[in-house]
Amino acid sequence: MTKVTMTVNGKTVAKEVRGNTLMTEFLRDELRLTGTHVGCDTSQCGACTIHVNGLNVKACTIFAAECDGAEVGTIEGQANADGSLNVIQQAFQDHHGLQCGFCTPGMVMAAASLLKDNPKPSEAEIRHYLEGNICRCTGYHNIVKAIMAASGQDVSVIAAE
Amino acid sequence: MYSFEIVRPTSLADAVAALGQDEAQALAGGQTLIPSLKQRLAQPSVLVSLTAIAEMQGVSAEGGVLTLGGGTTHGTVAREAAAHYPALAALASNIGDPAVRNRGTVGGSLANNDPAACYPAAALASGATIVTNSREIAMEDYFQGMFTTALEEGEIITAVRFPIPEKAAYIKFEQPASRFALVGVFVAKFADGVRVAVTGASEEGVFRWTEAEEALSGNFSATALDGLTVSADGLMSDIHGSSAYRAHLIGVLTKRAVAAAA
Repeated sequence: MTKVTMTVNGKTVAKEVRGNTLMTEFLRDELRLTGTHVGCDTSQCGACTIHVNGLNVKACTIFAAECDGAEVGTIEGQANADGSLNVIQQAFQDHHGLQCGFCTPGMVMAAASLLKDNPKPSEAEIRHYLEGNICRCTGYHNIVKAIMAASGQDVSVIAAE
Repeated sequence: MYSFEIVRPTSLADAVAALGQDEAQALAGGQTLIPSLKQRLAQPSVLVSLTAIAEMQGVSAEGGVLTLGGGTTHGTVAREAAAHYPALAALASNIGDPAVRNRGTVGGSLANNDPAACYPAAALASGATIVTNSREIAMEDYFQGMFTTALEEGEIITAVRFPIPEKAAYIKFEQPASRFALVGVFVAKFADGVRVAVTGASEEGVFRWTEAEEALSGNFSATALDGLTVSADGLMSDIHGSSAYRAHLIGVLTKRAVAAAA
């Protein structure tokens, strides 16, 4: 067992973990933060996307021990301080950027990373950036539209309503 | 996964010492190793994480050589190498997806030597030097076949030095699900000649296409490659593409890389 200390959504947590504890397991089973979803567990689907020291990573492919000392952000930390949805989350709701919702936490976390680096991405840039996030309902049009809207851009140009 | 311990040294010396333990294995970005561990393809007793070692991080350019710390992620290379070696930065920016690029490292990729990985093509075409904790390894001696390199047990890639070419480009024909190269060709034009490295194609891993190098060294244009073909013997054949298809792709992609080289 290894002692790890990290900040998760602004709160410091310290736990003993096994060497092979993945961040998905640490967040979901130890901290009960079940918003980080496990879709494939093989690094393909992106439903488990979290932020580690400000960078998006797949929580199924990083060990908790590797996050010792890190600042970790999950979907549970994305809402505004008063509990209302943040700009990206609200845009997903407004533009129906989800169908079953399983991929949504990862999509929102990936979108946050994209908009941090590129505040006004083009539709092509959004689609390219989301290569590592799979929506099994294939609801991509509205996800792209939501991210365009969250970045304050005109969404009338996006193909499907 | 089997059970194992993880240690996370902050100095190279501590990492080398930790790797001296029985059944110890280095863990770089983990984007290949962790999936392998899940499939129980490896059973280390201890993983030695290299991500907390500051001396293995960073991008610097001096005297026509770009040096990447072995622990530098693809995402960092994509951002910080662009001003010095644009073709290499572009290669890094198309590996996997953004989340994978924030973890995967150049040292990890070159140590693994996946036959369809991108970095081996850049290293071979650039004539890079592999710097480890104990020595420097010339490119001619480094790659020794699929998933095999000159690295000894417990040896760590601390840095990779890439001579910066006058012109270069990497063109990857992506396997669309994995985004590994079905075939990838890196062309680098130096003052003393052209080097062409091919990944994704051979059962022996990355290789140089010497006939193309000779033709391009005399005339650096796509037309110089007219009539040149690659034999399908020894090329990979799988559900994604036959060996003959890969052989054809090598010719097409090399021409495209020459045309794109800047």
